[in-house]
Amino acid sequence: MQLAKVLGNVVATIKHESLVGVRLMVIQPHDHNGLPDGLPIVATDPLQAGVGDTVEWITGREAALTLPVTFSPVDASIVAIVDEYWSDEEAGGIHRPAPEKEAP
Amino acid sequence: MILCRVVGNAVATIKHPVYIGKTVLIVQPVRPDGKTPRLSSFLAIDSVQAGVGDLVLCAREGNTARQILGNDDDPLHSVVLAVVDAIEHPDGYTTGPAPE
Repeated sequence: MQLAKVLGNVVATIKHESLVGVRLMVIQPHDHNGLPDGLPIVATDPLQAGVGDTVEWITGREAALTLPVTFSPVDASIVAIVDEYWSDEEAGGIHRPAPEKEAP
Repeated sequence: MILCRVVGNAVATIKHPVYIGKTVLIVQPVRPDGKTPRLSSFLAIDSVQAGVGDLVLCAREGNTARQILGNDDDPLHSVVLAVVDAIEHPDGYTTGPAPE
Protein backbone atom coordinates (compact mmCIF):
# COMPACT_ATOMS: atom_id res chain seq x y z
CA MET A 1 0.00 0.00 0.00
CA GLN A 2 1.24 3.43 -0.84
CA LEU A 3 0.06 6.97 -1.40
CA ALA A 4 -0.37 8.16 -4.98
CA LYS A 5 -1.78 11.08 -6.89
CA VAL A 6 -4.22 10.49 -9.73
CA LEU A 7 -2.87 12.05 -12.93
CA GLY A 8 -5.44 11.00 -15.50
CA ASN A 9 -7.47 8.18 -16.88
CA VAL A 10 -6.94 5.52 -19.52
CA VAL A 11 -9.42 4.48 -22.19
CA ALA A 12 -9.09 1.07 -23.80
CA THR A 13 -11.60 -0.53 -26.15
CA ILE A 14 -9.99 -3.88 -26.74
CA LYS A 15 -9.18 -5.40 -23.37
CA HIS A 16 -9.45 -8.56 -21.34
CA GLU A 17 -13.10 -9.41 -20.73
CA SER A 18 -12.71 -9.17 -16.96
CA LEU A 19 -11.77 -5.49 -17.34
CA VAL A 20 -14.95 -4.44 -19.13
CA GLY A 21 -16.58 -1.68 -17.07
CA VAL A 22 -13.52 -1.18 -14.89
CA ARG A 23 -12.02 2.31 -14.70
CA LEU A 24 -8.28 2.62 -15.30
CA MET A 25 -6.35 5.59 -13.89
CA VAL A 26 -2.77 6.79 -14.28
CA ILE A 27 -1.33 7.33 -10.80
CA GLN A 28 2.01 8.63 -9.55
CA PRO A 29 3.10 6.86 -6.34
CA HIS A 30 4.68 9.20 -3.79
CA ASP A 31 5.88 9.21 -0.18
CA HIS A 32 4.53 11.22 2.77
CA ASN A 33 6.52 14.29 1.68
CA GLY A 34 5.00 14.20 -1.80
CA LEU A 35 8.24 13.05 -3.42
CA PRO A 36 7.52 10.71 -6.34
CA ASP A 37 8.54 7.08 -5.96
CA GLY A 38 9.22 5.62 -9.37
CA LEU A 39 7.34 6.26 -12.58
CA PRO A 40 3.57 6.64 -13.02
CA ILE A 41 1.61 3.41 -13.34
CA VAL A 42 -1.90 2.43 -14.34
CA ALA A 43 -4.23 1.13 -11.63
CA THR A 44 -7.83 -0.01 -11.69
CA ASP A 45 -10.25 2.26 -9.84
CA PRO A 46 -13.33 0.67 -8.27
CA LEU A 47 -14.01 3.83 -6.18
CA GLN A 48 -14.55 6.57 -8.79
CA ALA A 49 -11.45 8.60 -7.86
CA GLY A 50 -10.98 11.85 -9.77
CA VAL A 51 -7.95 13.49 -11.35
CA GLY A 52 -5.93 15.27 -8.64
CA ASP A 53 -7.15 13.07 -5.80
CA THR A 54 -4.68 11.49 -3.40
CA VAL A 55 -5.37 7.77 -3.12
CA GLU A 56 -4.12 4.61 -1.48
CA TRP A 57 -3.28 1.80 -3.85
CA ILE A 58 -2.16 -1.78 -3.50
CA THR A 59 -0.21 -4.11 -5.71
CA GLY A 60 0.19 -7.86 -5.97
CA ARG A 61 -2.47 -10.54 -6.18
CA GLU A 62 -4.67 -8.51 -3.80
CA ALA A 63 -5.21 -5.79 -6.41
CA ALA A 64 -7.49 -8.07 -8.40
CA LEU A 65 -9.49 -8.88 -5.27
CA THR A 66 -10.93 -5.35 -5.30
CA LEU A 67 -12.69 -5.95 -8.64
CA PRO A 68 -16.03 -7.63 -9.39
CA VAL A 69 -14.17 -10.44 -11.18
CA THR A 70 -11.45 -11.41 -8.73
CA PHE A 71 -9.56 -13.60 -11.18
CA SER A 72 -8.39 -10.66 -13.30
CA PRO A 73 -5.06 -9.82 -14.91
CA VAL A 74 -4.52 -6.77 -12.67
CA ASP A 75 -1.53 -5.88 -10.49
CA ALA A 76 -2.42 -2.42 -9.17
CA SER A 77 -5.66 -1.09 -7.77
CA ILE A 78 -6.92 1.94 -5.87
CA VAL A 79 -8.41 0.98 -2.49
CA ALA A 80 -9.14 4.32 -0.79
CA ILE A 81 -9.46 8.02 -1.55
CA VAL A 82 -7.39 9.86 1.05
CA ASP A 83 -8.98 12.84 2.81
CA GLU A 84 -5.89 13.88 4.74
CA TYR A 85 -2.57 12.56 5.95
CA TRP A 86 0.18 13.83 8.17
CA SER A 87 3.65 12.95 9.44
CA ASP A 88 5.55 13.82 12.61
CA GLU A 89 8.17 16.60 12.96
CA GLU A 90 11.10 14.24 12.63
CA ALA A 91 9.85 12.96 9.29
CA GLY A 92 9.11 16.38 7.84
CA GLY A 93 6.04 17.44 9.79
CA ILE A 94 3.85 17.39 6.71
CA HIS A 95 0.12 17.84 7.14
CA ARG A 96 -1.90 17.63 4.00
CA PRO A 97 -5.38 18.66 5.13
CA ALA A 98 -8.59 17.54 3.58
CA PRO A 99 -9.45 19.67 0.53
CA GLU A 100 -12.38 22.00 1.02
CA LYS A 101 -15.43 20.69 -0.72
CA GLU A 102 -17.37 23.03 -2.97
CA ALA A 103 -21.05 23.27 -2.26
CA PRO A 104 -23.03 21.23 -4.78
CA MET B 1 9.76 -8.27 7.23
CA ILE B 2 10.87 -4.68 7.00
CA LEU B 3 12.16 -2.54 9.86
CA CYS B 4 10.24 0.75 9.78
CA ARG B 5 9.42 3.80 11.84
CA VAL B 6 5.83 5.01 12.03
CA VAL B 7 5.83 8.63 10.84
CA GLY B 8 2.15 9.43 10.46
CA ASN B 9 -1.20 8.27 9.33
CA ALA B 10 -3.69 8.66 6.50
CA VAL B 11 -7.44 9.11 6.75
CA ALA B 12 -9.91 8.13 4.06
CA THR B 13 -13.69 8.17 3.94
CA ILE B 14 -14.29 6.54 0.59
CA LYS B 15 -12.57 3.16 0.71
CA HIS B 16 -12.93 -0.51 0.02
CA PRO B 17 -15.29 -2.02 2.66
CA VAL B 18 -12.50 -4.26 3.97
CA TYR B 19 -10.61 -1.16 5.15
CA ILE B 20 -13.45 0.17 7.31
CA GLY B 21 -12.35 0.31 10.95
CA LYS B 22 -8.69 -0.30 10.16
CA THR B 23 -5.93 2.20 10.92
CA VAL B 24 -3.65 3.08 8.03
CA LEU B 25 -0.18 4.19 9.15
CA ILE B 26 2.55 5.83 7.09
CA VAL B 27 5.74 3.88 7.74
CA GLN B 28 9.26 4.82 6.70
CA PRO B 29 11.71 1.95 6.18
CA VAL B 30 14.88 2.61 8.20
CA ARG B 31 18.35 1.16 8.56
CA PRO B 32 19.12 -0.95 11.67
CA ASP B 33 20.13 2.20 13.59
CA GLY B 34 16.39 2.92 13.72
CA LYS B 35 16.76 6.43 12.31
CA THR B 36 18.32 6.65 8.86
CA PRO B 37 15.56 6.50 6.22
CA ARG B 38 15.92 4.02 3.43
CA LEU B 39 13.75 3.99 0.29
CA SER B 40 10.28 5.57 0.11
CA SER B 41 7.65 5.50 2.81
CA PHE B 42 4.58 3.33 2.31
CA LEU B 43 1.28 2.61 4.00
CA ALA B 44 0.55 -0.32 6.28
CA ILE B 45 -2.48 -1.41 8.25
CA ASP B 46 -1.98 -1.49 12.00
CA SER B 47 -2.55 -4.75 13.88
CA VAL B 48 -0.61 -4.05 17.10
CA GLN B 49 -1.81 -0.58 18.16
CA ALA B 50 1.43 1.05 17.04
CA GLY B 51 1.75 4.83 17.25
CA VAL B 52 3.71 7.61 15.60
CA GLY B 53 7.41 7.34 16.48
CA ASP B 54 7.38 3.61 17.15
CA LEU B 55 9.92 1.31 15.57
CA VAL B 56 7.95 -1.51 13.98
CA LEU B 57 8.18 -4.55 11.76
CA CYS B 58 6.11 -4.51 8.58
CA ALA B 59 5.29 -7.16 6.05
CA ARG B 60 4.70 -5.98 2.52
CA GLU B 61 3.14 -9.10 1.14
CA GLY B 62 -0.47 -10.10 0.76
CA ASN B 63 -0.65 -13.54 2.29
CA THR B 64 0.85 -12.33 5.58
CA ALA B 65 -1.57 -9.42 5.69
CA ARG B 66 -4.59 -11.61 5.04
CA GLN B 67 -3.57 -14.17 7.65
CA ILE B 68 -3.31 -11.48 10.31
CA LEU B 69 -6.19 -9.23 9.38
CA GLY B 70 -8.88 -10.96 7.44
CA ASN B 71 -10.08 -13.80 5.34
CA ASP B 72 -8.73 -15.20 2.11
CA ASP B 73 -10.49 -12.77 -0.21
CA ASP B 74 -9.59 -9.47 1.43
CA PRO B 75 -7.50 -7.06 -0.66
CA LEU B 76 -4.91 -6.31 2.05
CA HIS B 77 -1.26 -6.02 1.13
CA SER B 78 0.91 -4.50 3.87
CA VAL B 79 0.60 -4.74 7.62
CA VAL B 80 2.37 -3.62 10.80
CA LEU B 81 2.90 -6.85 12.71
CA ALA B 82 5.21 -6.03 15.63
CA VAL B 83 6.48 -3.14 17.74
CA VAL B 84 10.25 -3.43 18.14
CA ASP B 85 11.63 -3.03 21.67
CA ALA B 86 15.33 -3.23 20.87
CA ILE B 87 17.81 -4.29 18.22
CA GLU B 88 21.13 -5.68 19.42
CA HIS B 89 23.91 -5.15 16.91
CA PRO B 90 26.95 -7.41 16.64
CA ASP B 91 29.24 -4.38 16.82
CA GLY B 92 28.15 -3.53 20.33
CA TYR B 93 25.38 -0.94 20.31
CA THR B 94 21.68 -1.34 20.95
CA THR B 95 18.82 0.48 19.26
CA GLY B 96 15.97 1.21 21.61
CA PRO B 97 15.81 0.33 25.31
CA ALA B 98 18.24 -2.38 26.39
CA PRO B 99 16.67 -5.74 27.28
CA GLU B 100 16.30 -6.45 31.00
